[in-house]
Amino acid sequence: MFNLTLSELSQALSRGDFSSLELTQALLDRIQRLDTTYNSFITLSEEQALEQAKAADALRAAGKATALTGLPIAHKDLFCTQGIRTSCGSKMLDNFVSPYNATLVERLNQAGMVTLGKTNMDEFAMGSSNESSYYGSVKNPWDTDRVPGGSSGGSAAAVAARLVPATTGSDTGGSIRQPAALCGITGLKPTYGRISRYGMIAYASSFDQAGPMTRSAEDAALLLQAMAGEDPLDSTCSTQAVPDYSATLNDSLAGLRIGLPKEYFAEGTDPQILQRVREAISEFEKLGASVKEISLPNTQLSIPAYYILAPAEASSNLSRFDGVRYGHRCASPKDLEDLYKRTRAEGFGPEVKRRIMVGTYALSEGFYDAYYRKAQQIRRVIQQDFVAALNEVDVIMAPVTPCSAFRLGEKNSDPVSMYMEDIFTLSLNLAGLPGISIPCGFADHLPVGLQIIGNYFAEGKLLNVAHQYQQVTAWHTQAPANLSEG
Amino acid sequence: MPRSAKRSVFERKNYFYPDLPKGYQTTQLAEPIVGPGFIDIETDDGATRRVRIHHAHLEEDAGKSLHEDFHGMSGIDLNRAGTPLVEIVSEPDMRSSKEAAAYARKIHAIVTTLGICDGNMAEGSMRCDCNVSVRPKGQEALGTRTELKNINSFRFIERAIDTEVARQIDLIEDGGRVIQETRLYDPDKNETRSMRSKEEANDYRYFPCPDLLPVVIDDTYIDAIRAELPELPDARRARFINEYGLSDYDAGVLSSDRAQADYFEQVTKLTQNAKLSANWITGELARLLNQADLSVKHSPVSAEQLAGLINRIQDDTITGKIAKTVFEIQWNEGGSADEIIEAKGLKQVNDTGAIETAIDQVIAQCTAQVEQYIAAEPDKRGKMLGFFMGQVMKLTQGKANPGQVQGVLKQKLDKLC
Repeated sequence: MFNLTLSELSQALSRGDFSSLELTQALLDRIQRLDTTYNSFITLSEEQALEQAKAADALRAAGKATALTGLPIAHKDLFCTQGIRTSCGSKMLDNFVSPYNATLVERLNQAGMVTLGKTNMDEFAMGSSNESSYYGSVKNPWDTDRVPGGSSGGSAAAVAARLVPATTGSDTGGSIRQPAALCGITGLKPTYGRISRYGMIAYASSFDQAGPMTRSAEDAALLLQAMAGEDPLDSTCSTQAVPDYSATLNDSLAGLRIGLPKEYFAEGTDPQILQRVREAISEFEKLGASVKEISLPNTQLSIPAYYILAPAEASSNLSRFDGVRYGHRCASPKDLEDLYKRTRAEGFGPEVKRRIMVGTYALSEGFYDAYYRKAQQIRRVIQQDFVAALNEVDVIMAPVTPCSAFRLGEKNSDPVSMYMEDIFTLSLNLAGLPGISIPCGFADHLPVGLQIIGNYFAEGKLLNVAHQYQQVTAWHTQAPANLSEG
Repeated sequence: MPRSAKRSVFERKNYFYPDLPKGYQTTQLAEPIVGPGFIDIETDDGATRRVRIHHAHLEEDAGKSLHEDFHGMSGIDLNRAGTPLVEIVSEPDMRSSKEAAAYARKIHAIVTTLGICDGNMAEGSMRCDCNVSVRPKGQEALGTRTELKNINSFRFIERAIDTEVARQIDLIEDGGRVIQETRLYDPDKNETRSMRSKEEANDYRYFPCPDLLPVVIDDTYIDAIRAELPELPDARRARFINEYGLSDYDAGVLSSDRAQADYFEQVTKLTQNAKLSANWITGELARLLNQADLSVKHSPVSAEQLAGLINRIQDDTITGKIAKTVFEIQWNEGGSADEIIEAKGLKQVNDTGAIETAIDQVIAQCTAQVEQYIAAEPDKRGKMLGFFMGQVMKLTQGKANPGQVQGVLKQKLDKLC
């Protein structure tokens, strides 16, 4: 039961192998038993989950079940969930219960999914190792001395540890794809604007994008179908029609043109990772694809540009956490200024403070042109590089990370080396392009991810390419050893 | 009129304050929705002054901090936080408090005519920040200005500016210097006082709002809006003068409020008498509306009812005096003029016999006054006629046709001389 994908579980529920209530109860028990090790959940929502499961079973009995009815999911703890705490991994929101659902949560609820709980994450989605969470580090199920990646580390670890078949994540600078790679699961970051951001606590509004984290591309297609689409509550959400993602999963890859950016295969990346990625690419050649070297010459600029723009937006987005209306408030403030200063000093962790300071500085009078405006120009240049490359090829393939899961604490004291973790992922966020991370083998027993990048709104193509690969390989079905089957 | 920008961008103005729930205000800075333009106002001496508009931008309102009534604490009313408003920024082109109020009235007339604001200043739907400076006669450069925040009536605009001008002049004449600052006008004490003692250089860290896309308006959209635009106050005022022969004053008053202008046109259409309709609307109707603090939209007497009343004056069914009584009944109890006139027996007496009888009775009773009339110089007698008129009208309960009474009365009295 625990190893089944969403599609497989859906069939099992239809056959009556077990009910949604049984499945939900079994997973909740498993989480309670195993998650003391992984720490992938911040909050379990047992009561609501059992109610949703009962309702789903009733729908099924009435013959009204659809593809996702009764299937379990957990949400990254930055999606607002009515009646369930939404902490964003921060002391600041430790006591915050949202009065409304994020659009994405609402849509998955409407589709009949069962919310098991909220997953751990780097505080306010700022981090690449899940070590900045107020609720403690998440452990990588493949090696519990190692990080799961971040910021959607809890979402990735929970899926890898077979605690839940699928989760939601968010990707501002690689936060879905990098933990997916480090935990050996499938993670899709859609085109910016494909999924509504309403009710997703903002880190950097022009980068943030929600997406599914699953065990297969097929499952990602199912979830994206329900999550994507226009939302009047988010003016940056695209009005473009949502295609049928499952319908194109089995399209042939004959004639597919793959671009390999030479900058992504340069020195500095673990040779074993490059080897696994090359092996994956040769599988695609067997499926009829052709390969071509391309160039994304400004890749190196993506990290400095990102670390101006994202913190700039964050410094403004996080101003609302001031202790006045909700969230943490310092004890007995002397006056207004004292309230602001101590509330924020106590409520935010060091990485969040670092980015607020950087962002505030970058937007300051006299520095705006040198930092913010310059970084916006670089953003445009990077986007143009991708647009030019995607005129010549259908998809771009690359590693997701320069190294596999690193040890807890290893990069904690060096923010810049932590930021370098995202060198291959965050340029997509600058460009707003979609990318998917899928498992393509191991380096010293740790999962390695392959990144597939497509053109704007080409999620259907990415899922098709990933699914075809998963039809001829079995990396995505590998589970960490020593997982208790209970 | 100022031009709409085809592209405008929302920016964030970042600062901490409890009445600002997000910690930033969504506003516009570099690319506002309305570009430069001008508005013409009429000054007291009848001249036209052109006030340049720097720009107008869209932004969200903040909440309201309530510093009284909470026993040493502050309350925050967030009900209006996040609601959109447009801020119209003029150039320093007004030279007196009267011109400032005239400018504000003109803006008020435009935005209420367009239906983009209900214009209710008491409720804060339209507020005014007045920048005030003084300079010696003949000096080119403007003096240092102060800003008077959130003034909420035309009367207070004039009073606040006059008060601040006096304060600045006193200050300078005493050898002081005006500091650029934000001040609050207190209408109860009729004084202005400094609002923020430390005008610290706040760095608002403006940047384009990443949650809101730039607003791009195409020509088709602008054309469609233009086609739906109502007649603006200035055009309507000119038309009222040309088409209906109204005075500058009446035309100005009637066109300043769209509902009132509509009401006037409806009444006039039914009475075919613009002058008389205008008099009634700016006179009796305005008086009662003012007393009841109502807008013409909520007038208890409809345009049809008023027109019916005016028509009865025009066809001599009732006198102007009786009409006022009928109008008050309409206001308080409703009903058409005809119904009221009929029910209360208020028809004007045009019957010459009845009028002559009444006059004879008055002449018989007021012997002393008649003797004075006879004794008076002929050119003084005209004035004395008023007394007899009053007596006759009293006797006929105001129903006698005043024109007829005057003619017959004069005839009969002059016969006695």
